[in-house]
Amino acid sequence: MTPADLANLADLLQRRSGLVVTADKARLIESKLAPIARRFGFRDAHALFAELPHPPEELARAITEAMTTNESSFFRDRVPFDHFRDAMVPALLESRAAKRRLRIWCAAAACGQEAYSLAMLLDEMGLAAQGWKIDLIATDLSAEAIARAREGLYSQYEVQRGLSAQLLLKHFTQEGTNWRIAERLRRMVSFRTFNLLDHFGWLGEMDLIFCRNALIYFDAHTKAVVIAKLAEMLAADGTLVLGAKESGVDMSGWAAERVRGIYTRPSAAQPARGRSARRA
Amino acid sequence: MKHCLVVDDSRVIRKVACKILEAMNFETDEAEDGAAALAACRTKMPELILLDWQMPNMGGIEFLRSLRREKDGTRPVVVFCTTENDVGHISEAMGAGANEYLMKPFDREILHAKLAQIGMA
Repeated sequence: MTPADLANLADLLQRRSGLVVTADKARLIESKLAPIARRFGFRDAHALFAELPHPPEELARAITEAMTTNESSFFRDRVPFDHFRDAMVPALLESRAAKRRLRIWCAAAACGQEAYSLAMLLDEMGLAAQGWKIDLIATDLSAEAIARAREGLYSQYEVQRGLSAQLLLKHFTQEGTNWRIAERLRRMVSFRTFNLLDHFGWLGEMDLIFCRNALIYFDAHTKAVVIAKLAEMLAADGTLVLGAKESGVDMSGWAAERVRGIYTRPSAAQPARGRSARRA
Repeated sequence: MKHCLVVDDSRVIRKVACKILEAMNFETDEAEDGAAALAACRTKMPELILLDWQMPNMGGIEFLRSLRREKDGTRPVVVFCTTENDVGHISEAMGAGANEYLMKPFDREILHAKLAQIGMA
């Protein structure tokens, strides 16, 4: 991959998704793009590079998706999920008692493990039976990942990472060597392809936003833009959950919770009057 | 240092599991079937047991039921570690007193994740 190829690819990815690529990842890039080259009838990845300055829309989308990382697991890093169950949701159940509605967004949902992990916890709380309406929205840049998430079918390897045997038995059925999420949980989550660089308006105000391990792929400017947009979507007493190891994100103006990567706004301490007007 | 007993009739599986566990700072012992494992537990009760399903002399389920009746036999965390990967077997193992279930094949990452999940790593 020549420096010019890399520059063309970097430009394409930056425009379309905010993803940053660097020269030290050249081999990884070539291995990720080789299947795309074959799918679109190119001789190899190098032949595809010639198209990078002006790729047709379908090719540009496929390249962008191929360069995203959909690595995830159920209850990944465990701690944010414990905090969700033990602190975030109980606080919201109190503050939203009159409306009995919670709005949660997984902004980098990958293949659905994070959203389904939250759905399992919400299901255990039995909120629907108590009359609560839960909007659990899960989005990802990758249409392929979202299709997999909607399908809700996971390999043995995937279900073993983070899921206890009890949860596996309770929420999955076996299909050959794979495991399918229960229809009850699948219906709890609305999956949709969405680019974090696009307008957030359709989402409406959120009580909780999980945006873990997505910003690490962006440059500083894009990180700041996305964080500002997330802040706009978040209820004044809402909570933003980033990856615990997320670095280079300017979170000034936010209050860090005792759990790493979890933020609220300083205004959360104030009474939450008049916020419902912002709710879409 | 936590002590783990690896119970499997495959010498290769025992060696691989022990190697992974030792890298995770476990002290390890091996047993080739349930009867040998029960004898080992009576000598020194481990904190963790990785347990295969089908073994000669005494299988995993029979061992587990016997273990849980032993003095201090409820103390070890038992992770079934087997190729019996269907709902029926998992349910039976959990019903017999297993703490967790690991489906073979597994690798270092999966074993580490599973042990972390149950507070053993």
